[in-house]
Amino acid sequence: MILYGLLILAYAFLYVPIVVMIVFSFNASRLVTVWGGFSTKWYGELLHDEKVLDAAWLSLKVAMTSATVSTVLGTLAAVVLVRFTRFFGRTLFTGMVTAPLVMPEVITGLALLLLFVAMEAVVGWPSGRSFTTIVIAHTTFSLSFVTVVVRSRLSQMDASLEEAAMDLGARPLKVFLAITLPLIAPALLAGWLLAFTLSIDDVVISAFVSGPGATPLPIVIFSKVRLGVSPEINALATLVVTVVAVAMAIAGRVALKREQPRPQ
Amino acid sequence: MASQTTAAPWNDPGAKPLIRFEGVSKRFGDFVAVDQVDLAIHKGEFFSLLGASGCGKTTLLRMLAGFETPTEGRIFIDGVDMSAVPPYERPVNMMFQSYALFPHMTVEANIAFGLKQDRLPQPVITDRTKAVLDLVQMGKFATRKPHQLSGGQRQRVALARALAKEPKVLLLDEPLGALDKKLREATQLELVNIQDRVGVTFVMVTHDQEEAMTMSSRIGVMNSGRIAQVGTPVDIYEYPESRFVADFIGAANMFEASVRQSGTDQVVVNCPELAHDLIIAHNDMLPEGTPVTVMVRPEKVAISRDKPAEGLNWAQGVVADIAYLGDVSIFHVRLESGHRIEALQTNLRHTDERKLTWEDPVYLSWHPANALVLTK
Ligand SMILES: Nc1ncnc2c1ncn2[C@@H]1O[C@H](COP(=O)(O)OP(=O)(O)OP(=O)(O)O)[C@@H](O)[C@H]1O
Ligand SMILES: [Mg+2]
Repeated sequence: MILYGLLILAYAFLYVPIVVMIVFSFNASRLVTVWGGFSTKWYGELLHDEKVLDAAWLSLKVAMTSATVSTVLGTLAAVVLVRFTRFFGRTLFTGMVTAPLVMPEVITGLALLLLFVAMEAVVGWPSGRSFTTIVIAHTTFSLSFVTVVVRSRLSQMDASLEEAAMDLGARPLKVFLAITLPLIAPALLAGWLLAFTLSIDDVVISAFVSGPGATPLPIVIFSKVRLGVSPEINALATLVVTVVAVAMAIAGRVALKREQPRPQ
Repeated sequence: MASQTTAAPWNDPGAKPLIRFEGVSKRFGDFVAVDQVDLAIHKGEFFSLLGASGCGKTTLLRMLAGFETPTEGRIFIDGVDMSAVPPYERPVNMMFQSYALFPHMTVEANIAFGLKQDRLPQPVITDRTKAVLDLVQMGKFATRKPHQLSGGQRQRVALARALAKEPKVLLLDEPLGALDKKLREATQLELVNIQDRVGVTFVMVTHDQEEAMTMSSRIGVMNSGRIAQVGTPVDIYEYPESRFVADFIGAANMFEASVRQSGTDQVVVNCPELAHDLIIAHNDMLPEGTPVTVMVRPEKVAISRDKPAEGLNWAQGVVADIAYLGDVSIFHVRLESGHRIEALQTNLRHTDERKLTWEDPVYLSWHPANALVLTK
């Protein structure tokens, strides 16, 4: 019973703020702390806010692009790390691919900004902070997550399946496409969704690499909040929470499905 | 049970072997997994690699399949040097110990996979798939996924898949390892029958000596990366060339001895464990004093209460232990010196009034032709 109480307490910690925010997004009153009856007018108002809509669209594009790019690159990295066990510097590379997971975001963001500025000065690309710089930055940190997810799936996979395919006459590329890829597909989907959610709610790194022309949604929310919390922001945040929750739910389901033991 | 239709090409010096290992070694770092192996396997053989766990059997097989590259030496299949030939171009197929069936494909698709890689026309693929499935009696399960099959059924599918491409050589890594004893024995028979029918050369890895004995035309006994002896099951059992092989295959009584007198067809050895000299049939002259090991199999040792006839080797002792196994009993007889000898007796009668029991004094005897002198 006590355990149960503790559990509820912990979950309250996690979810009460979000619930409060969601509830107040339906508040008719402009005053955040006063309940003025149920209304969806803030959602309506959001739809007319060009700036918010642009930001949301940009965030979506960035999230989809960076998730896709990091899934492709992360999968390749994972395949090399797991399947090619004997090459120079393997241990170093294994460590290096996971390091960004624990790297403070501020540092990653700052480093990327410096890189972009330097590159612009030297090769003239990328010009300014734009969609491109945000995608590159988001890919950089999502990549590690995807690699870790795919790598664990790959190392669980029986390597003799690939050998069997090769033994039956399939060339390495064919083996990868016909055997490896279908078997690690759940991990690819999970990795993609993870990358997507990481990108869509990123503030810190985006703050460094976004600019006036290209501001993703979390940054817009952040700057609006500095002017005071409004029910409109609550509505916007609620929408973001919904999108992230749905993505996480799908990722969770996929992950669960692959862990279910095969009936013997 | 092993295929008797083939003659013995390995005895014909002019015969060209299908597979030839020439001084093949494999090292993993400093560890030598396979050490200077020379081996010739002929067309149509059922060849088994037998040895204790970790002696390099799988490594040898994987080098033949192309999954490992020899550190030294060369492998030839049908006269072609395989050094530069990748696994997907070798005329061999492997049946994996874990079966390695593709979980996302049906039984049919698993079998058709290899045929598709050869870009055969679809009707041919369909026909061949069906033919091999029928061969292993799995026609009914064509549309199932591997996880919907029992262990024995999966094993059949794995075999069918490896046979579908009609390879020159089929490699089997402990193909029956995952089956229970009964199924295992039935499958051993069946595997030999299938091999007879398709005429493909089989190279099988096993650490089960009974399995190797029943199924093989020849056996290669391995010991820490080396081939200790190659021969037919009878050769290996009756005429082991070394202490290791004698001890590894079947049960063996061994005595340390030294040569006292050597003739053209027999030697007389002195054995400190026994009260008197032994006479053993042996063709090579051995210098006096050569340390040797005398080996005699338990079933070649007769046990009796009465003194054995002249001309036999004999020893005297008391029954220390009796292991009753139903069809046979194994008597452990303790000699005066403390040395133990095993004698195996078939239980011919239901009850025996003169049945031997613990601490009975007995004579053990064996014919000079039924013992062996080992110098290695
Ligand atoms: N990739 C590898 N790296 C390092 N050592 C290896 C590798 N593969 C095999 N070995 C070592 O080589 C030796 C022989 O292995 P192998 O798998 O050939 O044994 P085996 O005779 O098939 O044994 P088992 O009957 O247990 O299957 C073992 O000691 C093993 O540890
Ligand atoms: Mg093995």
